[in-house]
Amino acid sequence: MPETGSRLAAGARPRLAPKVRLRWDRKDERYMLLYPERGLVLNATAADVVKLCTGEHTVAAIVERLAEKYAPQPADAIEREVLTFLHAMVDRGLIRSDG
Amino acid sequence: MTDDAPRPYTLVAELTYRCPLRCVYCSNPLDYASHRDALSTADWLRVFRESEALGVMQLNLTGGEPLVRDDLETLVEGARALDLYTNLITSGIPCTRERLARLQACGLDNVQVSVQDVRAPESDRIAGLRSFERKLEVARLVKELGLPLTINVVLHRENLDRVSEIIALAESLHADRLELANTQYLGWALVNRRALLPTREQLDRARNLARAARQRLLGRMEVLFVIPDYYAEFPKSCMDGWGRRFIVISPDGLALPCHAAHTLPGLSFDRVQDRPLDEIWHHSDAFNAYRGEAWMPEPCRSCDKRTADFGGCRCQAFHLTGSAVATDPVCSLAPDHALIETARAEALGPAGAELEYRSARSSAPA
Repeated sequence: MPETGSRLAAGARPRLAPKVRLRWDRKDERYMLLYPERGLVLNATAADVVKLCTGEHTVAAIVERLAEKYAPQPADAIEREVLTFLHAMVDRGLIRSDG
Repeated sequence: MTDDAPRPYTLVAELTYRCPLRCVYCSNPLDYASHRDALSTADWLRVFRESEALGVMQLNLTGGEPLVRDDLETLVEGARALDLYTNLITSGIPCTRERLARLQACGLDNVQVSVQDVRAPESDRIAGLRSFERKLEVARLVKELGLPLTINVVLHRENLDRVSEIIALAESLHADRLELANTQYLGWALVNRRALLPTREQLDRARNLARAARQRLLGRMEVLFVIPDYYAEFPKSCMDGWGRRFIVISPDGLALPCHAAHTLPGLSFDRVQDRPLDEIWHHSDAFNAYRGEAWMPEPCRSCDKRTADFGGCRCQAFHLTGSAVATDPVCSLAPDHALIETARAEALGPAGAELEYRSARSSAPA
């Protein structure tokens, strides 16, 4: 996993930062994160992760859900992808964690 | 150029050029007073709908001061019904807690408040109005209500040496985002360039401080440092390229590729009152004028950076060289680059120049 500024515990419950909104882009048929004067295009996995970032689900639960959904892809590869994405989003201030 | 016209992402709605402030670097055109508010609430709502249908996702409500329009609540509500990300760009004057709460209830996504400096005398001097303390109050109200807050500070030679204090101020206000935007020398800022252009040394110091703060505040406060193109080797990709990502609507209804495009000669801009936005975006002469590469002179035409910076800023090219198709003189390869080198050399001398405040009286075309 690449070194990032923030760590997320398995029990942390990530949620979108207040300035961020998830939106379906019907023009190009994809999900985007919108925040002031910027937009971030999400791939399918990232969009699935963001939809679970409501503050209710723990990181561990999100990883588990995604691993189920994307089986038979190896669970450890999915876990790596999810954690890398979440850490990058936390560093960019787009996702927050209540610990 | 019609079928493969790119998709706009951002609509900049300049709701009015009216503003209680008189900032010496205002980006409104010098003749702003001749562009009166001409769009009704229904007109703006239609423009929002037509923009969203074209692919726009971001809406900046700006001006002038957008809060002087008493239909702002209706506009925010309409924008959110279209699922547009709605950002209010304001001086914070005039604003009350009740009004902010109403705008929040209408679905406002973000509030950007400008301050001009870190202390009242300096900030008020640049704004031409006693406003600093009130701005801080408004910024605090934004956070109290739970709205996301961007603090915007325009940088120039008088406040660049206080970047650390500016960052500390934004932190103390719990801003979600700090935009440190170096002055772009167009409009009133070009009039006041002698007084505002910093030295390279000032700039490098401030940039390093901003970079360190960005790392330190990672995940807490986003710190943006908008590069001043006068000290760049190559131009910025102004508006991400002409007619590629942005539509600006002026208070009188002109559909523009950038907020200063109507200062360019020889282009006629359509009004959204007269023609559907879809048609203007795809088919108008103005939006097609500097799209793509056909208009480019050398050295742009054969330059491998042409798809990154799109030849730079058309307005800057015109206002500095007299030709809107010239290579942006900011570019170190531009035939007119000496104009920028002269301005930089002037910045090494004493400031001394008087400030000219934005005003209707002095707003005859330069």
